[in-house]
Amino acid sequence: MSNPVPRSVELTRTPGFERRLRQRYAAERRFRLAGLGAILFSVAVLLFLLVTMTINGIGGFQRATLKVPVAFSQVSLALPQGLDSEGAAIRALESQGLPEVIDDFARETLGEEAADELSPDAWRVAAEQIIDDPTLLDRDAQLILPASENLSAALAGDGQAALQPLARRLAAEGVLAERLDLGFLSRSDATDSQLAGIWGALKGSILTMLVTLALAFPIGVLSALYLEEYAPRNRWTDLIEVSINNLAAVPSIIFGLLGLAVFLTLFPSLRSAPLIGGMTLALMTMPVIVISGRNAIKAVPPSIRDGALAIGASPVQVVFHHVLPLALPGILTGTIIGMARALGETAPLLMIGMRAFVATPPDSLTDPATVLPVQIFLWSDEVDRGFVERTSAAIIVLLAFLLVMNGLAIYLRNRFEKTW
Amino acid sequence: MSPAFLILLALGLGLIAWLAARARAWSFKRSNPGTRLAALPSYHGWYVAFWVVLPMLAFAVLWSVVQPMLVEQSVLANPAAADLPGFALERETMLAEARAVATGAAPAVFNPDAQRLVAPYREALSRFNLIGLIAALVIAFAGGAWAFLRLRPDFRARTKVERTVMALLLLASLVAILTTLGIFVSLVFESVRFFGMISPADFLFGTRWGPDPMSPAESADPSRYGAIPLFWGTIYIGAIIAMIVAIPLGLMSAVYLTQYADPRWRRVLKPALEILAGVPTVVYGYFAALTVAPAIRDAAIAIGIDNASSESALAAGLVMGVMIIPFVSSMADDSIAAVPSAMRDGSLAMGATTNETIRRVLLPAALPGIVAGVMLAISRAIGETMIVVMAAGAAANLTANPLEAMTTVTFQIVAMLTGEGSFDNPATLSAFALGLVLFLVTLALNFIALRVVKRFREAYE
Repeated sequence: MSNPVPRSVELTRTPGFERRLRQRYAAERRFRLAGLGAILFSVAVLLFLLVTMTINGIGGFQRATLKVPVAFSQVSLALPQGLDSEGAAIRALESQGLPEVIDDFARETLGEEAADELSPDAWRVAAEQIIDDPTLLDRDAQLILPASENLSAALAGDGQAALQPLARRLAAEGVLAERLDLGFLSRSDATDSQLAGIWGALKGSILTMLVTLALAFPIGVLSALYLEEYAPRNRWTDLIEVSINNLAAVPSIIFGLLGLAVFLTLFPSLRSAPLIGGMTLALMTMPVIVISGRNAIKAVPPSIRDGALAIGASPVQVVFHHVLPLALPGILTGTIIGMARALGETAPLLMIGMRAFVATPPDSLTDPATVLPVQIFLWSDEVDRGFVERTSAAIIVLLAFLLVMNGLAIYLRNRFEKTW
Repeated sequence: MSPAFLILLALGLGLIAWLAARARAWSFKRSNPGTRLAALPSYHGWYVAFWVVLPMLAFAVLWSVVQPMLVEQSVLANPAAADLPGFALERETMLAEARAVATGAAPAVFNPDAQRLVAPYREALSRFNLIGLIAALVIAFAGGAWAFLRLRPDFRARTKVERTVMALLLLASLVAILTTLGIFVSLVFESVRFFGMISPADFLFGTRWGPDPMSPAESADPSRYGAIPLFWGTIYIGAIIAMIVAIPLGLMSAVYLTQYADPRWRRVLKPALEILAGVPTVVYGYFAALTVAPAIRDAAIAIGIDNASSESALAAGLVMGVMIIPFVSSMADDSIAAVPSAMRDGSLAMGATTNETIRRVLLPAALPGIVAGVMLAISRAIGETMIVVMAAGAAANLTANPLEAMTTVTFQIVAMLTGEGSFDNPATLSAFALGLVLFLVTLALNFIALRVVKRFREAYE
């Protein structure tokens, strides 16, 4: 039984047609693959970036340390009572000869060569351990003390060739090893990569972000409310809108120039203070908050406003009692995204002098400080291998903060945003 | 007196005023049952609280500018300051040192002569701190008392409060205009000083860039201030190399995400692109300098180019392109979504494949939006700083070889302003002239792009 092909199909489905159709389908597949390739390329770059940073950064959370047995019972060190600050206790131990004690024991047990490669600040680490646990002074302890930068490089297999046999021997004996260094999160910048930490920069970032939030959020929300709810349609309003849209796209370094020319002229003594940094970043973040805030306010249906007006609320009551609470999740999402961008911003802060070497964490908004991205930038200039790892570790911390902030924004958006 | 302390004090006093005034309004009601207040008690509270907080904050802002000047004047009037050097710069450094010690920012003075100034400085500082605090409190109490005494059962507190709120809203939205104006005025002001020393023609058309921040301002050599190499480097890295990467990849990503990807994949891939957009530029810069630039140098050496440097325009441009991909993609996404679906459906119904529909119908229809998106992307790329600072190099080469180091406008702004030069030196001031050019160019690009987008949206509405 044959099923004859209809004549119309016979006419159109010529061999030439079939060939062209195959070509068109092949082109379709190629195009589709090109699209997939494009997006996979972006994802691959992202993964490559994250993996490189992680591999390099793991080393930054560790440091080469020497295990030094110290028989405190043989020496007469005592932690004086009643010292209120840690600094005073460390000085008291120093004046009693703690550095020499550590050095002597290191020479005795590890040998001259190895003792020379103990970090010059190793006794400080020992002092902190003693302060944490004063009973150490009554017994023989195994102290874990940081090694010098050179020995640390030798342990990793580069640096001075002369030190590498020593590093291999000590590592084989189990004296020298890379150990987890959580102190990286609680120390501040130092010239020695073994002693450097990011707490100073992190605290600077937190203070700066507080100032930015305190300025940009109220100003941004209030302007968004004004523009969306009350502004008359006239030339002034157009001017405000145009400036906000332009400010959102102005390169960040221009804000740095503004901060330098205006804020530092008004407050010359506050160079590199979180207050000035926060003010500069607030000007940059404000337009982002205004734009996202306006979208959130626009999404609140007019029926809510009409209902409130109908039962006698004043225009201000309508906005502050009804519109604002309903738009708040959207506004907060935009705010967090704007703050995340400000947290990663470097260039404007370089302009206003937040690039100095700051070895103590800032205690107030007016102390000299640096921020995390600037710290990353400063460390990236160092050639020392230790700083390469520290830089990547600092980047991991920064990315973790940004990820948490963006995650929070996405959560807020999904949890609270209503579609009317 | 730290700003945080003053603000907290103002808010605390405001809270007390709010509670007191609200209690007062309730007491009107209680003492005369049956009276109707003209406004709810909380509005009385807000009225008095505004009168406490707003004058106090205004005073605090003013005082924070005036106080350092007053302190310095009183220190200079002190006999200990009589034998200060007459030279302004030296005097400034000594005063700054004494100030740092007096405020506790520095442990000790570097210059022993400044030590004598520490005590007068500390004294003046504490005296003016006290004066400022007392004045702020007096102003707060005066405002609060005046407002409190006006409270009556028939006082229309709500209209007053609402008028203040409206004024605050208007004030907040004026901040944007003030910022724009501030940027423009400060850039123009410093640029005018710069162009007083170097003629604009030398700056805009000269081909050699090599300012010397240490040379005296009077003998500045105009032939060293030619910005053409910087403009070329900026365009080459930001508008050419970066766009060669970002336009095809961004566009294809957008096409794939909107037209092909199934919703499940879309939900994974889109956030991945957003993460790529959220990575700070300093991280991209580090990535470019640490990974991409050495790889490019090695590749160049492998194909026989011996003098390849470790800082190259190509490395900076490539990484910048990757940074811009999500931006181009989301702009293209919006433009494609704005094309009416009837056009797409019509094309598909005529038997065109998806690919033909996209290339012959969707992309031409979305072209204005895509072009505008590319313009915005270029404006972002040429204003990008950290990637070029970390990977592109400082040498102002006027060349088309992507493997050579090249410098950009943003790099030179950073280099000129983070050096040691003083503010009367043309080298330092040139940063503001460069900033002005950058600002005007990005402004023009954004303005045109937003216009195009607006008109294009209207065309399909």
